[in-house]
Amino acid sequence: MKVAIIQFPGSNCDWDAEHSVRDVIGLSAGRVWHKDPLPEGVEAVIVPGGFSFGDYLRCGAIARFSPIMEDVKRFADQGGQVLGICNGFQILCESGLLPGALVRNDCMEFRCINQALKVENSNDRFNQDILGAELTLPIAHGEGNYRADEAVLAQLEANNQVLLRYQPNPNGSLNDIAGIRNQTGNVYGMMPHPERAVEDHHPCLDGLPVLRAFLQPLLTSSPVELSA
Amino acid sequence: METTATSLPPNPDPCLNVEITPELIAQHGLLPEEYDQILKILGRTPNLTELGIFSVMWSEHCAYKNTRKLLRLFPTEKKDKDAIGQVLVKAGEENAGVIDVGEGWGVAFKIESHNHPSAIEPFEGAATGVGGIVRDIFTMGARPVLLTNSLRFGSLESSQVKRLFRGVVSGISHYGNCLGIPNMGGDVYFDDCYEGNPLVNALCAGILRHEEIQKGAATGVGNPVYYVGPGTGRDGLGGASFASRELTEESAEDRPAVQKGDPFMEKLLLEACLEMMSIPGLVVGIQDMGAAGLTCSTCETASRGDSGIEIDLDLVPQRETGMNSYEIMLSESQERMLVIVAKGRERELEEVFEKWDLHAAHIGEVKEGDRMVVRHKGVVVADLPAKSLTDEAPVYDQPTREPAHLLKAREWKIESIPELASDGVEGALLGLLKHPTIASKRWVWKQYDHMVMSGCTVEPGSDAGVVKLSIAGINKYLAIANDCNNRFCYLDPYTGAQIAFVECMRNLACSGARALAVTDNLNFGNPNKPEAYHMLKECVKGLADACAHFDVPVVGGNVSLYNEHGEGAIDPTPVVSMVGLIDHADKVTRSTVEEAGLELLLLGGLPDELGGSYYLQTQYNQKEGTCPKVNLSAEKALQDLLISQIEENKITAAHDIAEGGLLVCLSEMLFNEAGLGATVSLADHGPSDRLDALLFGESQGRVIIAVKKDDVNAILDAAKEANLSAISLGSSNNSGKLKVEVAGSVVLDADVSGLKNAWERAIPDHMELA
Repeated sequence: MKVAIIQFPGSNCDWDAEHSVRDVIGLSAGRVWHKDPLPEGVEAVIVPGGFSFGDYLRCGAIARFSPIMEDVKRFADQGGQVLGICNGFQILCESGLLPGALVRNDCMEFRCINQALKVENSNDRFNQDILGAELTLPIAHGEGNYRADEAVLAQLEANNQVLLRYQPNPNGSLNDIAGIRNQTGNVYGMMPHPERAVEDHHPCLDGLPVLRAFLQPLLTSSPVELSA
Repeated sequence: METTATSLPPNPDPCLNVEITPELIAQHGLLPEEYDQILKILGRTPNLTELGIFSVMWSEHCAYKNTRKLLRLFPTEKKDKDAIGQVLVKAGEENAGVIDVGEGWGVAFKIESHNHPSAIEPFEGAATGVGGIVRDIFTMGARPVLLTNSLRFGSLESSQVKRLFRGVVSGISHYGNCLGIPNMGGDVYFDDCYEGNPLVNALCAGILRHEEIQKGAATGVGNPVYYVGPGTGRDGLGGASFASRELTEESAEDRPAVQKGDPFMEKLLLEACLEMMSIPGLVVGIQDMGAAGLTCSTCETASRGDSGIEIDLDLVPQRETGMNSYEIMLSESQERMLVIVAKGRERELEEVFEKWDLHAAHIGEVKEGDRMVVRHKGVVVADLPAKSLTDEAPVYDQPTREPAHLLKAREWKIESIPELASDGVEGALLGLLKHPTIASKRWVWKQYDHMVMSGCTVEPGSDAGVVKLSIAGINKYLAIANDCNNRFCYLDPYTGAQIAFVECMRNLACSGARALAVTDNLNFGNPNKPEAYHMLKECVKGLADACAHFDVPVVGGNVSLYNEHGEGAIDPTPVVSMVGLIDHADKVTRSTVEEAGLELLLLGGLPDELGGSYYLQTQYNQKEGTCPKVNLSAEKALQDLLISQIEENKITAAHDIAEGGLLVCLSEMLFNEAGLGATVSLADHGPSDRLDALLFGESQGRVIIAVKKDDVNAILDAAKEANLSAISLGSSNNSGKLKVEVAGSVVLDADVSGLKNAWERAIPDHMELA
């Protein structure tokens, strides 16, 4: 398997993520149980959406202690590609792989809608030339309100680490932030669900270029493996 | 008493060793004659634990004692044995019915009420309602693939109703979203009759291979009985009996009878159970601990398996100390299951539950004979014939009396309503679009994760919700619709129930799906009141006759009686839900018009009845009139035409005329792309010769379709062949206006954006300013 989808007990977008990478994009992908080690040879990790451990305390606060997260951190430190979607983004923030935190939506309600997003020119993979200036992606979360202190926000903006911004803002996120990357450019996190916008019956296909942008190092550096 | 069986030893908890007095019997909701029957069955006096067990098992909620005879009227299988949708597991046989959907796949689905708990504690009541129905589905071995809800509340003007509405929606959202099962919305009605007694009916559907169907039977003497899931607490004590009483001012004191849900625990249980059931031959029987908890699951599995069963309460995981046998047996703590496993293979089960960090406790085994024996602290605390609890519950045929208002409704004359002048049309339309029952429910379903599992194909808000069964690897689409207009059921229970049926089925047909089977939720008042029982009986008859006519069987459902509060009973509300199948993406049809230049055709003829309509409600605050007629043959011709023309790709949008009538239907069809409009022209006022009945009447069997110009003649020909009226109304355009002309004069020329705004803002304006 080239793309590992981490499965916590309360993950519920794990199948969706696997399906989009394996059956739609055509890379070998599989789910890895949170108590198991990260398999050798994995080239990208996706931490999918869901409610990792119920998330009654704080989203991702327990998941960061799962055995797999040590491996994911090591993988990221060595330059491995990591993407957190929704709950995965929350977990990456809790684990310190990405700065900031995600708190309750300011409307105090869960939001499941197709959300218009502005694409930022972040790096050579995530930019308006590749993704277009605007995207629509599904969001589905109760705690997607991005928070960080002024210094961190300033740093994110100065380094072009913001990937996507909401327009309009559905949850109170600072600077309308919907997705960010780390400074190095190998760890990505976003509240919108690209894996829910990849097939004809989905609201749109805007998730495909987003997933491809994340998986670009795999799609170009090695031959595409089609799963059985 | 002819024989006196030996009494059981004293219970280890001294406070359970009390004399069984008439007061105690009455407190347990048992009638004196029911208690006499218990004495006869046991040949001795029951102890308090046993009395509690009988009380919950013989409650309306578990035993259907007032409805069992009526429910036999429903067809439970298809007459046409070659049709798709054969019934694999019939109503009442297991936790949920299962139907065949072809290629070796089956769909398990069921609806269940959580009305009383939601009235007291809306968030937890609704949340655990979702939890309960999801367990019923995965207990069958099915992977849940969709949820919907049928909700009823009082008027949104009331702050108490707003609290209930908000609490119920957030409870459903909290539980379902965490489980990761798409919630396709459902129907929501607002009517004063539900003030203080909201209805919360939750539906779940799941998919499974035929060979994966699990049974809830305890078979194989010596097979171990496992308790899986979190520990038992004192929550939800006697919830089933609580649900079988009328709500009163004091009901709030019953709050301990409302359970508390933990969706994460349910997610663990769901995944662990599906993983366990995927191991061939491991699971012999499985049953969830829902209503009546451990009591119900043990006696029902033993009864179905024609076996005895013995359990030891010392081995039951507990999260509170000092619980006695009465409490453990009657607790309705959530997210628990009883599993009977093949002897010698216990480790395989335990390994799965260890992986998911859940308890799996070996609490007993399957025995010879027919007794359900419960031990606690080394003492037998209950010893009962299992079948006496399930099969020997009393069955009643209650007296009926036709309520006086039914005659008045039949004799109502349309002339009693003043004629509508054409300058009143726009105001009347806006009034209807703003009524919360008709207004957009986006405020509700944007709180539900309807896109998880990547299957959502038609989002909530259309005539039916549609999901692609991708997760099972099937290239087919499952459509779901719920329906029940209480106003019609109140005015004419037989016809009203049939309207719920045909409208639900029509909603599926409009989305391109052929209906396969029904699950129903009968929400009624106190069956001991002859008027309430009359309404129940007539609704069941109407529904049963419609099922038979369309050869669509009932594969399960739920009965919720005693829905009364303050003023009296709720309107009869027999909620009908149907699943349908769509074979190909091209056949999935929506209710909204996509573009300008499409011809709008009305199938079924001009509406001409005003009785029971929302127009009477919004204009005159009346729930009166003669219920619209139902013509089952014409309805079938209409739906067959819809489906066949959709299959030939000749219909681009279809929306049925329901609450609010023709103009509401037309308006909703245009609430899609900004800038769309339509010009419609009707030659005359139709059979009633009245503008109000034409534009706002709710006559049945009417659908508006949008068709490409080139296909119009083909559709008109097909309609003629089917002996069905088809009238060209006009066409869609880019004017941004809905213009309607009747008999040569313009009666409406309104901005679609203004109409849409009224429709979209009605519920948020009520809720956001609350």
